[in-house]
This record gives sequence, C-alpha cells and structure tokens, in this order.
Amino acid sequence: MINTSLKELSAQLASKKISSVELTQTFLDRIKGLNPKLNAFITIDENKSLAQAKAADALIASGEAGPLTGIPVAQKDIFCAEGWLSTCGSKMLHNFVSPYDAHVIEQFNRSGAVNLGKTNMDEFAMGSSNETSYYGKVKNPWDLDAVPGGSSGGSAAAVAARLCPAATGTDTGGSIRQPAALNGITGIKPTYGVVSRYGMIAFASSLDQGGPMAKSAEDCALLLNVMAGFDARDSTSLEREKEDYGRDLEQPLKGLRIGLPKEYFAAGLSADVAQAIEAALTEYRKLGAQTVDISLPNSKLAVPVYYVLAPAEASSNLARFDGVRYGYRAPEYTDLADMYGKSRAQGFGAEVKRRIMIGTYVLSAGYYDAYYLKAQKLRRLIAQDFTNAFAQCDMIMGPTSPTTAFNLGEKSDDPVSMYLSDIYTIAVNLAGLPGMSVPAGFGANGRPVGLQIIGNYFSEAKMLNVAHQYQLATDWHTRVPQGI
Amino acid sequence: MSLNLADVKRIAHLARIAVEEDEMPGYLQQLSNILNLVEEMQAVDTAGIEPMAHAQDVVLRLRNDVATEIDRHAAYQAVAPQVEAGLYLVPKVIE
Repeated sequence: MINTSLKELSAQLASKKISSVELTQTFLDRIKGLNPKLNAFITIDENKSLAQAKAADALIASGEAGPLTGIPVAQKDIFCAEGWLSTCGSKMLHNFVSPYDAHVIEQFNRSGAVNLGKTNMDEFAMGSSNETSYYGKVKNPWDLDAVPGGSSGGSAAAVAARLCPAATGTDTGGSIRQPAALNGITGIKPTYGVVSRYGMIAFASSLDQGGPMAKSAEDCALLLNVMAGFDARDSTSLEREKEDYGRDLEQPLKGLRIGLPKEYFAAGLSADVAQAIEAALTEYRKLGAQTVDISLPNSKLAVPVYYVLAPAEASSNLARFDGVRYGYRAPEYTDLADMYGKSRAQGFGAEVKRRIMIGTYVLSAGYYDAYYLKAQKLRRLIAQDFTNAFAQCDMIMGPTSPTTAFNLGEKSDDPVSMYLSDIYTIAVNLAGLPGMSVPAGFGANGRPVGLQIIGNYFSEAKMLNVAHQYQLATDWHTRVPQGI
Repeated sequence: MSLNLADVKRIAHLARIAVEEDEMPGYLQQLSNILNLVEEMQAVDTAGIEPMAHAQDVVLRLRNDVATEIDRHAAYQAVAPQVEAGLYLVPKVIE
C-alpha cells in the first residue's frame, strides 16, 4: 500500500477494497514508527486526520468522490490550516494554531483529501538543508548522516520514506526541487501565479510558489489539479481556465527538443551527478527527443540577484512578527521598542535574522538603487535568457543540484556555501517559470540525483508528460531507501 | 561598499532586532560575506533596462468597494499574546 500510486489508491478506495481510515491509519502508524528517526513531521493529529478520513469514506459511499478523496496528504508547515499548529519551522510561531485555512488547504479539503500532518521545514523556508528549523534537523532517509535538502525537506523525506503517499512544498529559490532531488522523489514548482499564496506564510512574495511533491509525475499531476486555481485573495494569482495537468501524460516524446544550458554543465558540477544526468539524456534520446546546446549567459548572476531580492522581500514580509497580534512575545521588556526588538531577537533563528538584516540594508536609504533596483534590472536579463532559449527548444534540462545530499553540519556554518547549492534552481524562480525535479539515479555515495526539467510559462502539462514518459522507461522513481 | 560595526547597529535597529554587543562582530562578518557575494551584480551594465518586479506583467485587480470580510476577530485574537476587551495589549507608548 505504501508504494502504490495515487491513481491506484484512488481506484482501491472507490471499489471499497480499502477505506480511507485504513489507509490513513497505515501512514499514521508508519509516522509513529519512523518519525523519531527522521523528524520529518512537526505536528501529527491522529484524531483530526482520522475524522477527515471517516468523512472521506462517507463521501465515497455516497458516490461523490473525486480523484483525491480519502488520500492522505502531508502539508508543509508553511500552509496555515485551521485548528492546526502552523509554525513555519519557527519559534516565532511555536504557539500559532491557525484560525483559517490557506487556499491550498481549502482546495485539498474540498477534494476530500486527508491532512496527514504538518511537515518540518527550514525556518520561514530560508535554507537548503532543513537545519534551520526550530524543531530540529530532518534526516535524509537514504542516509541518516545526510541532509534532506530544503526548505521543503520534511515533505521530501516523508515521501521518500513512504510516511505519506504525497506532500506539498513551496519553492522560492529551489525549495521543492532541491529536496526532491536529494531524496529521490518527484516535485514540481508551477509557473508563478498558478497556485494561490493565500495562507502560505510569506517569505519572498514575488518568488514564492506552492507545488506538489510525490512519488511520480503522474501523482504530481493529480495533486496539481487540486492545488492550482484562481484565488482573488492573492493579488498575483492568475485568472486562467482550469486545466487538467494530466491530459498530456501519454503523449510520445518524438521530436521533443531538449535544451542543455552550457552553464549548468560547467565547473562546480560534481562528476557523479553529471554522469547520471548524461545517462538520463541518453534515455530521452532513445525516447525520440533530440538535444540542443543552449546558453543562459546571465546564469551566474542568479544567486547574487536572489540574495538581494529575497531578503529584501523577506525583511518586509517578516515585519509583521512583532509580538502583538500572534506568535512569540519576549517574557520581559521595558517598553514597546524593547518588546519588538527582544521578541524578534528571541523568536527568529540566526539565518532568518541574517536575511532580515541584509534585506533591511539593501532597502535602506542610499542603498536602494545600488542593490534592490539593480537586482530587479538583472532579474529581467535572467528572464530574457530563458525567453531566448525557448526559441530553440521545448524543454530545458540539467542537474537540479550540483551535488547529491551533503552531510548534516557540512555547510551550516557557512551560509554563502549553502546558498550555492541552489545555483541551478534560483534563476527559474526569478523568471517565474515552472521547474521540476525527477529522480535520475544515484551518486557515488549512493545518494539520489535529480534531473531538473524547466518548461516555458504554463507548460506544466507538457513537463509532466516529459517526466512521465521517462518514468515509464526507467525505474529510479520506484526505488525506496532501505534500512530505515 | 563595506560595512562597519556602526552600520550593523543601524541595520539591527531598523530591523527591530535586539542584537547584543558581543554578537555584532559575527553579524558584521556574515553580512559582509553576503554583500561580497552579491557584489558581482555591479559589474553588469544595466542602463536602459526596466526593473522586473513580478514574473507576469499583470495589473492589480480592482473590486467593488463593499465589505466582504466577515467578523472573526474573536478567532483571530485567540492567538494573540495579550488581549483585553477586544483590544491588543502593548506596553504604554504615551506617558
């Protein structure tokens, strides 16, 4: 049951071969057994999950079930869910039981899916290793000495270890794709504006985008069908026709032009990852695709631009945490200014404080033009690179991350070296394009490698098709970590 | 553009984060490292390029000027650190 696809689980639920209560209980039991080792979940609430499962079973019995009715889905703790502790990985929100649902949570509730619990994450989604969570590090199920990546590391580890059939993530600079790669699972960050940010605790609003993390592209399509959709409460939500992201899964890939950016295969890419990606491309050629050499000349600017824009937006977004309306308030203070300063100093972790301070600096009088405005101009050049590239190819492919999962503690004392682990994913967020990561084998140390697929705006259905055809021809996505 | 300790103090104040004196040198080092990382931007000529704020060039939607929110202040205030009679309590700001 734990390795079964969502489509098959849905069929078994519909035919009453299993009940949602049984399915949910199976995963709750796995979480109880394995979470002490992995720390992938921050909050589990058996009663709430089982109540939703019972309601789903009733819905199925009445013949009104949809494709995800009764399926348990783990939710990244960045999504506010009514009545659930919603911490965003921070001490600042250690006691925040959300009074409302995020749009994504509403969509899952409407579909009859079961909330299986809230997954661990880097604090306020700031990190690439899940080591900045106030609730402790998440371990990579493939190797307990390795990081799971971040910031959606809890969701990725939970899917990889089969603690849940599927999960949600969010991606501001690679936070779905990099942990998906490091845990050998499939994840997609949609085009900016496709999934509503309402109730998704904000980090960098012009980059943040929610998306599914699951065992396969086919499963991701089913999840994205539920998550996507216009929502007036998010000012950047796009008004588009509802689409079926699974509609093209079975299309053949003959004639597909795959662009290979030379900048993504240059110095800094480890040899074992390069080898796995090369093998994946060989597979695509067998499937009838052709590869084209392309260039994204401004790629090297993506990390610098991101570390101006994301902290700037974060410093503004995180100003709301003031110890007045919700969240942590320091126990002792002298006056209002002291209360703000101490609540924020004690409630935020080191990485969050660093980014707020950098963001504050680049937005401050005298520095705005040199940093913030400069970065916004370069952002346009980075986006333009992709527009130019898509004149020559249908999809862009390369590694998701330059290395396989690194060791816990390896980069946690050196923020800048941590930032570089997102070198291939960040540009996609800056351009607002959809990107995904698909399991593509293993590195020299036995840890998973992810193939990144970057599509043009609104090409999610095609990307899922491209990933699905690869998954029909290979079995990397069916591999599960042993010995946990 | 290199930072000094006075800059760090000013940034911490603007960010409303209480930073202890003995933490200042650490922040100075870390923030300087990040600024070094982003310095690469300055080498590129961006004359005449429009800044890009959002990926999709959408215009903000307008809506009719009617009340759409329902009153849920009790639920929202249930998660506040200190509330009395429907008001958020903070230290006295006017003597």
